[in-house]
Amino acid sequence: MKPLKVRVWRGAAQGSFQSFDVPRHASQTVLDVVTHIQRTLDPTLAYRFACRVGMCGSCAMTVNGVARWTCRTHIDKAVKNKNEIALEPLRNLPVIRDLVTDMREFFDKWARAKGNFQGSLTRRDDFSNIKPQSKARVQVDAAIECIGCAVCYSSCDVVAQNPDYLGPAALNRAWTLQRDERDVAGALRLRAVAGDAGCHSCHTHMSCTEHCPKQLSPTAGIAGLKREVSWALLKNAL
Amino acid sequence: MNVKAQTLLWVAQRTSAALLGLCVLVHLATMIYAVRGGLTAAEILGRTSGNSVWFAFYTVFVLAIAVHVPIGLRAVLIEWAGWRGRSCDAVLACLAIFLLFGGMRAVTGVFR
Repeated sequence: MKPLKVRVWRGAAQGSFQSFDVPRHASQTVLDVVTHIQRTLDPTLAYRFACRVGMCGSCAMTVNGVARWTCRTHIDKAVKNKNEIALEPLRNLPVIRDLVTDMREFFDKWARAKGNFQGSLTRRDDFSNIKPQSKARVQVDAAIECIGCAVCYSSCDVVAQNPDYLGPAALNRAWTLQRDERDVAGALRLRAVAGDAGCHSCHTHMSCTEHCPKQLSPTAGIAGLKREVSWALLKNAL
Repeated sequence: MNVKAQTLLWVAQRTSAALLGLCVLVHLATMIYAVRGGLTAAEILGRTSGNSVWFAFYTVFVLAIAVHVPIGLRAVLIEWAGWRGRSCDAVLACLAIFLLFGGMRAVTGVFR
């Protein structure tokens, strides 16, 4: 197999691509390629990873223009028929160095969307009895597996154009809590996710849904939030 | 503008969009039907003058436009021009009044 031509972003907001030749293997992920560069070709390359098995959400990058989780993206899938690959940091986030972005704003927006569970029971109360097949629980299950990789946030045009927008991941998180029967902060959360910075700015482009590596649909959750907020407005409860 | 007002704008835009969809269909169908034998001012005025059904229809049409256009433009200005806040909302409120005034002037003009 011919070596893979890899162009890697070096620098921060200002920078340039650096080229590397990396040996191809029959089974090789994008993260394997980045790790090879850092361990054998240039130890100064900065990138981020942890679990390597698609659970932690820390290794997402822009691969040939598309945001992907690199540990679970096979090189063949990323390069298609070419033998070249371009690696950049995630979009819509400040770049710290090389392939590492500053994700504080991304997670701060989860907090701004009231993304924390707030229950009313104490340890002396019995467990809540939630039926797995109930409509609300089914909706939660469909959205709960987010790993916080920011692929959706990086792929979202509205985030790019309106920096205040909370983004698909934070709104998806808020949706799972709105449908959680145990949570009691619903009214407060609806106010947090409404308006110009919230769910009403979503244009339903569905880039988040298209690129989510966990096959979630933040778009569906955002649509659900729009419905809930509208009903709250009509009931004068917003 | 507070979150409640922003949400109200969103609901108003979606509601006006639904009305516009219907109004545009009726308007286009009427136009296509009306121009079969050529189009004259006398023919248009003959249809609209003193006709309160057409007056009510085009009043709803104009109201929907005056609501829908400034709200849509507001989102465009926020995202593409980065213009937001009171100055932006004030200019768009003026646009809404202009559209309402201009539209109703046309509606009443063909009703008389």
